[in-house]
Amino acid sequence: MQGSTLMPPDSANPTLGWNLGRDLGEVLEYHFMVNALLAGAIVAVMAAVVGWLMVLRREAFAGHTLSMMAFPGASGAALIGIPAAWGYFAFCGVGALAIGRFSGTRRRSLREQSASIGAVQASALALGFLFVSLYGGVLGDLESLLFGNILAISDGQVLVLAAAALGVMVALALLARPLLFASVDPDVASARGVPVRALATGFLLLLGLAVAATSQITGPLLVFALLVAPAASAQLLTARPMLSLALTILLGLLIVWLGMGVAYFSVYPAGFFIAAIAFSVYLLARVLAALHGRRGARAPAAGTPPRVQTVA
Amino acid sequence: MTAPHENETQSYNGLVSTHDAATPGVPAIELERASVQIGRRPIWSDVSIRMEPGEFVALLGGNGSGKSTLLKVVLGALPLSSGTVSVLGRPAGAANRAIGYLPQRRSFDEGTRLRGSDIVRLGLDGDRWGVPLPLAWGRPGARRRAARTRVGEVIELVGARPYAQRPIGELSGGEQQRLLIAQALVRRPELLLLDEPLDSLDLPTQAAVAALVHDVCHREGVAVLLVAHDVNPLLPYIDRVVYLAGGHAVEGPVEQVITSETLTELHGLPVEVLKASDGRLVVVGQPEAPAHHHDRHEGALADAGIHAHAP
Repeated sequence: MQGSTLMPPDSANPTLGWNLGRDLGEVLEYHFMVNALLAGAIVAVMAAVVGWLMVLRREAFAGHTLSMMAFPGASGAALIGIPAAWGYFAFCGVGALAIGRFSGTRRRSLREQSASIGAVQASALALGFLFVSLYGGVLGDLESLLFGNILAISDGQVLVLAAAALGVMVALALLARPLLFASVDPDVASARGVPVRALATGFLLLLGLAVAATSQITGPLLVFALLVAPAASAQLLTARPMLSLALTILLGLLIVWLGMGVAYFSVYPAGFFIAAIAFSVYLLARVLAALHGRRGARAPAAGTPPRVQTVA
Repeated sequence: MTAPHENETQSYNGLVSTHDAATPGVPAIELERASVQIGRRPIWSDVSIRMEPGEFVALLGGNGSGKSTLLKVVLGALPLSSGTVSVLGRPAGAANRAIGYLPQRRSFDEGTRLRGSDIVRLGLDGDRWGVPLPLAWGRPGARRRAARTRVGEVIELVGARPYAQRPIGELSGGEQQRLLIAQALVRRPELLLLDEPLDSLDLPTQAAVAALVHDVCHREGVAVLLVAHDVNPLLPYIDRVVYLAGGHAVEGPVEQVITSETLTELHGLPVEVLKASDGRLVVVGQPEAPAHHHDRHEGALADAGIHAHAP
């Protein structure tokens, strides 16, 4: 791919100087850059929160499948002549319902149902392929369809994103405790009257909404970077839920802003930097967790009393 | 069960010593001539059980004898086909908020990155809508502190303090089981239903968990119905047993129920109960579970019809 296609025409050839403040000022002078940073922040926060639950629920494959819905979504939208975003949202919603439906009637089965999720993914991609050939022409701007076009976000898109993010966050706040309960402990949650199945489908719909919104920034192929990496890293580093969630949001913001900042001063696309930084963060988290684990394995003998006193 | 519950705040604001014991005289569980069938298949029939408040009762029986079914009936999740059931003086299902339930075969895999104390906390208020308390505004602090205090108390009670702050997936089976018992206890239930809490634990841990349940039963005044395959780890602690077999149930003290005569009559097949010199009971000749119960088989001993544990 050509890096230059992602560079805005009016930013001649920015170079990073020694004065970071001045460079930052330069970045913020461009409206497209402000929009990009704003949209990136919204997406980072939303993807972090949704991703945190997705990782906890072991639904990364479902998330990945939903992100693939962007392909039939965008090509279907092109076919009938509506904005691509509508296609994203529609297909992600349908995909979420399909995954929820096919995940069967057995409780806690979703994480075991990778086969049916895979079938949904394959048929969605096939549908996208069909739409493309029905459309006849070359799907315009395939690159931005796959990798997003982060530096060309309009004010309207920022508003749509903000609205989607607000909706997702409010819904998650309302569902928070029962959803967490159902995610980690479905048997007891269901004995306590928590509607485990309905929550599972509801969460998939929210995930679909978040994925559709995120796709427009990073493209469906890189959604994963923002959904999975911050949450997986944070959960490796701490088991305290609130701290882990806050850390996920921080890491998400860091990854997006850093990726965009670096991309601005480089000829390579932002999506690459975002994904690369996300992966580096995850690697670093693994190393830290492993180091901590080894230290923890040596240390605790002193503080831990015998775990079980034999009575018999 | 889904609406916010006003009276809950009070119930966990109090301290551990002020447990309001169940109304005396009202049985914790009472089944009268109860029968259950799933689909067309009768599970058990004509079962009468009366369990008093604060009693520790073991529910025994082979695979597929309907032990878990009995718990579902008590929880109101399964209707009786005939007979009556009352739980804490109310119809089954109506008193679920006063029941602590620990389902069968539950463990957290290694990747579950939440602390043990978080799992206990979810037992306290995980079924309420809205954000977890740390983010709640209004009435700053008081309720959150009460909840934290209660979680701390119950973790202390089961002796899980040394590891309650570690990720639950990293804990051993016995440690997880203690925290799950804490979770079942956190709302001060009047009745605990424990479905095979000793399953898949090693023998010393089985004994320790049995002792813990006994201790909780007496200190908190909770009635406990504990489902088990093997009565031996429970022998020093239980008040009575309910034995399910052949579609019927017998209840009474261990020495009356686990006898060659009673079990032979219940199973309709010759069964012999032997007593080892250390008091452990060995049941020989217990028939296989009916073929349509394929849910679980506990290994060679049970498959051979011998229901015992070597030391």
